[in-house]
Parts: sequence; structure tokens; C-alpha cells
Amino acid sequence: MLRSLTPSVLGILVRRGADFAAAEDAVQDALIEAVRVWPTDPPRDPKGWLVTVAWHKFLDATRADTARRRREDLLDEQPAPGPAPEVDDTLWLYFLCAHPALTPSSAVALTLRAVGGLTTRQIAQAYLVPEATMAQRISRAKRTVSGVRFDQPGDVATVLRVLYLVFNEGYSGDVDLAAEAIRLTRQLAAAIDHPEVAGLLALMLLHHARRASRTALDGALVPLAEQDRSRWDTEAIAEGVEILQSALARDRLGQFQAQAAIAALHADATTAQETDWVQIVEWYDELTRLTDNPIVRLNRAVALGEADGPRAGLAALAALDGSLPRRTAVAAYLHERDGDLATAARLYAEAARKAPNLAERDHLTRQAARLNSRRSR
Amino acid sequence: MAKYLLLKHYRGAPAPVNDVCMDRWTPQEISAHIQYMQDFGARLEQTGEFVDGQAVAPEGTFVRYDGEGRPPVTDGPFAETKDLIAGWMVIDVDSYERALELAGELSAAPGAGGKPIHEWIELRPFLAMPPTITE
Repeated sequence: MLRSLTPSVLGILVRRGADFAAAEDAVQDALIEAVRVWPTDPPRDPKGWLVTVAWHKFLDATRADTARRRREDLLDEQPAPGPAPEVDDTLWLYFLCAHPALTPSSAVALTLRAVGGLTTRQIAQAYLVPEATMAQRISRAKRTVSGVRFDQPGDVATVLRVLYLVFNEGYSGDVDLAAEAIRLTRQLAAAIDHPEVAGLLALMLLHHARRASRTALDGALVPLAEQDRSRWDTEAIAEGVEILQSALARDRLGQFQAQAAIAALHADATTAQETDWVQIVEWYDELTRLTDNPIVRLNRAVALGEADGPRAGLAALAALDGSLPRRTAVAAYLHERDGDLATAARLYAEAARKAPNLAERDHLTRQAARLNSRRSR
Repeated sequence: MAKYLLLKHYRGAPAPVNDVCMDRWTPQEISAHIQYMQDFGARLEQTGEFVDGQAVAPEGTFVRYDGEGRPPVTDGPFAETKDLIAGWMVIDVDSYERALELAGELSAAPGAGGKPIHEWIELRPFLAMPPTITE
């Protein structure tokens, strides 16, 4: 509840003329105060309470600062407190934190801190860097955007890229980043009516629904075809599908809606055998049209291998650059399906050496071992 | 307390006793090995001796400054003869003996046939800060 109010409170302070970095500190102070006071004395208007306390914290800090003259200017300029346009404030903050002047890692950190209201320590843990490093990254990011004033809305696509990164990368310390990304995207979807925002939210929900089945008890990766589908979160799937359908109905297709459509087709199959691969290939064709990137074409080769057989998949793979990440793993899989176990085992071992993370490396090594021990028997 | 670096090598170390490439193990043997490594790290966290541990990819590049205004020179991927680090663990322990003991345990991780790999682990003390009292 508290954290969902953070972005609009911060937005209001900045609108009133507070410098972004100082406003952000003030809001954090106000949140700490709220945690202390609210349990015994809950406010009738939580947001109004936070705005008032944060504004006073900001003024105290400014007063303590040497910039006295600046504060007096601010006091003169301060608009009458009153109901602020909530939607705009929240949205404005998303755009600011995803500003194109920021590097992706800075934008991610700033979004989690300013929009998400996470502490620097939590963000540092999630990205496995020392707290001092993350603190530095965040304060540099704040400085970068502190002069930015929006008189027109930013590009939603930059915000979506940042939220996608939060969902897709990072480790879970005491914060579940995937759940946090969903919360932030949901909040964004409430603030702006945009089919791609809905598309990204649907995509996240549909992938999150499979989470429990994605790893075995010992932490090993479980591929989609082998997942226990009874463990998929049907509620999240239903919500994702509904959001996606109303987005698609508006006929403004984008890459996130197309990716969500693919995820929805997987979610729709009660067994791996029932998967509608022909339709999935069609969606990959759409995706290629929307964003011609080699990873999409790699995934399309996998889908084609299921729809038209492994030879078709291998043929599609042949056109792709050999250095493409995970291409070797895909080749191994398609060769196995084609019955060439020796080549598949060799390629799985090679793919394991190139794997970008330990879970994938272990998974691919196991695949190689599985084929090798079957062949030697 | 003293910090030590435990280094695992892809190559460059003497050959282990149980020298079978991992993709020639059975999937169960691989799982047992991974479990052993996870338990080892978890146990050191429990005893308050774990500092950090990371695995690094086998492929990389040497990089060198090549003068003002020029892009750095690269040399790689690594030639087969070069020493190649696979990963490290940093521990903070009370004695050299304890560091030896732990490195020995790490080397005993199970491999092919469920038997210890007897892998060579490189043990390197960190150069620490000078103490406050020196006389």
C-alpha cells in the first residue's frame, strides 16, 4: 500500500519545484516515518499525509542546506496544496526514470528506487553489487535526470524496456523482482491506456504463471515441454489472456502483444503435445515483421522444428549467424529430435561451454550426459 | 581472520585423479556434484566463513592498451595451452589449516562413478590491510 503511493507523492514534490534527488530522499524519510507512526495512528488520507510529511522533510533538508535563497524562492512559488492530478504524476515519474539519457542499468535502479520505493540495499542485493556501488549508481542517475522537465509525454517504449529488464534479469534477495515488475507494470497500465503496456503486463503474467514449474526441487531448469502443467497458475493465465485479448482487439499490434500471444498459446495447451505450433510460427512471423531481431528468428526456428519437423527447423537455423547466443543449444535439440544423437550430444556439450548462466550450463551438460550415457549403454 | 581465494581451473592445474569430462557422467552424477557444491557454500555461510563465489565462462579475451586514441588490442580466445580459471570462492577463516581443510573438501566433490574428483584447487591468501599495532 505504502509503496504504491510512492511515485505519485514523489511526482507531486517534484512538480512543486523540489529537486528530484532531494525530493526522493524526502519521500524515503516520509515512508520511514509512516512505518513508525501509522500502525498506532493511521491517517485518514494516507497520500495526503505522505505529501505533507515529505514536503516538510524536504523543506527541513533544504533549510539545513546552504541554499537558503533557493528555498525562499521555492516557498514563494509553491502552489496551494490540493488534489493533484494523480495519473500524470505517476506517469511522469515512469518517464523520468526511464529517460533515454540513462543507461539501462541506471534506469532500472532508478525505477526500482523512485517508482518502486525499494531501498538501495534491496536493489543492490537483487543485482549482486555492493550497496555503496548501487547507491552511487542511483545518485548519478538522479543527477542525470534532475534537470529534466517534461512538457510532453515521453516514449512509452523506453519505459516498457526498463520494466521488461526488471522482470527478466536480476536475482531475488528479499525482493521478488518479477513480482515487483508486474506490480509496476500494472500501475503503469492503470495510468496510461496503451495496448503495448497491456501487452507487456499480459506477457509478464503469462510467464510468471509458469514459475513454480520452471525449476526442479534441486534448482535444475525444467524445459517447457517437461513442466508439470498442473502447477501453472491458472488465475494469472486467465488474467493475462483477458488483458491480451482486449489489447489485441484494438488492432495496434506491437512486439509485447505478439510475445504475449505466443505465451498464451503455450498456456492454452494442457499437454505439450497439444501445443498449436502452427499458430506460434505465425506469431513469430508477426514478431519478425515488427522487430527483425536474430533472437526472434532463433525462436522461430524452434517453433518451425515442432510445426514442420526438425529438418525444417535446422534449415531455418542454417540461415542464422553461428555466434548467436543459444544457437548451438537449439541445434543440439533439433538434431536430437531428428535422431542424430551423436551430433546432438556433441552440440549440447559445446552449448554448455557457451552457456550464459550456471542453470543453463548445468541443464545443457545434463542433456549431453543423458545422450552419452544412453549411447554407451 | 584471514581471507583466502580458492580457485578452480578449467585447465592449467595438474590433472585430477578422477579425470572424466562432465558430459560423460550420468545425469544423476551431475546432480550429485551440483548438490555437493551448493551444500558446501551453504555450510560456509552457516559457519560465517563464506565471502563470495562466482563461476566464469571458459571463453574470454586478453585485452591491452595500445596507446592514445587507439582501440585496445585484443588477443583471444585463449589458446589451449593457457591456464584457465573456472571459478572462485573467497573464504574468511581463522587459520591456514582451516583454509587447507576447506579446499580439501571442495576437491572431494563427487564426479564420475560418484567418486571424489580429487580436483586440484589453488589456494591463495589475500594480501590484507596492515594491522593497527605493529610493535
